Amino acid sequence: MPLGHYLVLSGLLFAIGTAGVFLRRNLITLLLSVEIMLNAVNLAFVAFGRVQGTVDGQIITFFVMTVAAAEAAVGLALVIALFRHRESLNPEAFTSLKW
Amino acid sequence: MATDALLFYSFAAVTVIGSLMVVTQKNPVYSVLSLIASFFGLAGLYVVLEAPFVAVAQIIIYAGAIMVLFLFTVMLLNAPREDAAEWDRSHPLYRPMAVRIGAALAVLLALELGWALSRATDLGGAVNAVENPTISSVTLLGEVLFTRYMFAFEVTSILIIAAMVGAVVLARKREE
Amino acid sequence: MISGFIDLMTSPMTIAYMVIVGIVFGGLQIMAAVMVYAERKVAAFMQQRVGPYRVGPQGLLQPVADILKLFFKEELRPKAADAFLFSLAPIISVTAAYLAFAPIPFGAPTDFFGLLPEKIAIQVADVNVAILVIFAVASMGVYGIVLAGWASNSKYSLLGGLRSSAQMISYELAYGMALATVVMMAGSLSLREIVDAQQGYWFGFIPQWYIFPQLIGFFVFACAGIAETNRAPFDFPEAEQELVAGYHTEYSSMRFAMFFMAEYINMVTVSAVATNLYLGGWHGPFIPPEYGWIWFVIKLAILLFIYLWLRWTLPRFRYDQLMAFGWKVLLPLATINLLLTAAGVLYFGGY
Repeated sequence: MPLGHYLVLSGLLFAIGTAGVFLRRNLITLLLSVEIMLNAVNLAFVAFGRVQGTVDGQIITFFVMTVAAAEAAVGLALVIALFRHRESLNPEAFTSLKW
Repeated sequence: MATDALLFYSFAAVTVIGSLMVVTQKNPVYSVLSLIASFFGLAGLYVVLEAPFVAVAQIIIYAGAIMVLFLFTVMLLNAPREDAAEWDRSHPLYRPMAVRIGAALAVLLALELGWALSRATDLGGAVNAVENPTISSVTLLGEVLFTRYMFAFEVTSILIIAAMVGAVVLARKREE
Repeated sequence: MISGFIDLMTSPMTIAYMVIVGIVFGGLQIMAAVMVYAERKVAAFMQQRVGPYRVGPQGLLQPVADILKLFFKEELRPKAADAFLFSLAPIISVTAAYLAFAPIPFGAPTDFFGLLPEKIAIQVADVNVAILVIFAVASMGVYGIVLAGWASNSKYSLLGGLRSSAQMISYELAYGMALATVVMMAGSLSLREIVDAQQGYWFGFIPQWYIFPQLIGFFVFACAGIAETNRAPFDFPEAEQELVAGYHTEYSSMRFAMFFMAEYINMVTVSAVATNLYLGGWHGPFIPPEYGWIWFVIKLAILLFIYLWLRWTLPRFRYDQLMAFGWKVLLPLATINLLLTAAGVLYFGGY
């Protein structure tokens, strides 16, 4: 398979993730869309690593996965804390800092 | 060659359809399950790219741990379904100027991406042009990870501890 | 091209692989049925009674009677339950249970006495990251339980499901550490190579199985494995006295049968992995290597008997005791074991 196909797929996944972040009104689905974006990046790294014939692409994906796990954990803790405060998962409900 | 293309397209289809369903489902539990299906598609793609360790790590870490965390949160918060009624005046898709500017920017981005990809010269070659039988070896992965990338590895462990402590502190019930 | 495809499909290697797949699938189902009968008989003998003895000679057709009964029961579904997830949860459980047995070898590589052009390994999939695949599929099994608890839309089920899945993911850590310890000693992630590293004898009569240098590791793996399969003494989430039946309260007939089967097949898988990792797999005295699977089945049967023995001997852990044991006792023990093994492997010269 040509490398271009993998990159197009990665770009498509990234676009879907970005659309999810902008258009969804639920904090948890927002975090899921961020995970989609991180996975798109992982795919690009592994494809490039395979083209070069080294394992560096795979190693970078570990670090990306680890960071994604840490970010998901802290993000969900924040969502729980916010939900306790406002009983809502809609980002539009948290407007106290708006002028 | 034909089996390669067949595998790529089927796994790619699973991944894209899963991701689309994540973004469009109203019920958050279905979103999480669609994302898990999407991860399985990605794991298949990693196997086709001769990275079996990354594929299995993807299943263990993402589909097996992070998504369980998401599912627990969704179930414990009893996350409400997004209602069509909530898509009221405040949603970006109902604001005309935002939609026009966003669409213009998206078209601009697509044009630039297409122009850049058509000018790139190395994208036509097959991904597995370079024959390297050791690239899927876990031993090699471990050696490189623990010699060249040792510092990043140690910093990652500090990151994980910080995330653990942070998550526990943030989600704790306040003693009033 | 079609003739090439047909040639591929009927070549001896493909047929051999399909035979192995059939043996594994059929064998697992037969093991589930045998475990149903064995559990009731062993329990009965331990409680000084007879157990099933009416259906067939010595009650041997009891599993058949059980399956027929489950077949003809009415399939109920609570109205408020999420229909799609309610049906999906047992499917995930059973699929993960069967899939976990795929990378496990149960015999020495053989060419079936010359019928095949080359030796094949007796496992469904000879991947070189076999241990990680088993771990990954075990993580997938959690979803069946979580979704069953949520989809039933009843508080007993939800509590049971969440408790059970929290228990499973807590004990997965110690499970993984015990696996990592064995991988360090053998130098490979492939189960076939781990078993092959355990052949030979010390002093001529003590087999070189990993249970002897790794007694703590075996203890950690056994505890984690029993907790993963939700069996006594770690079966609080499905304790009948406390939680009705936990996450499968609302299930009946064939969906319940699938959970039931998934639990027994998980037991068989954990025992098979323990046999391969710690008890030397198919190596044993007095039997020629082509028939190594006989030793495998014997060791598997011994481990399954210990499973049943534990259920009717030890009292159940309370849930907070269970979680405290997993996090505060088993995980540090597994980590210390890992460090000591690493030091040992470095000192004694590696593979």
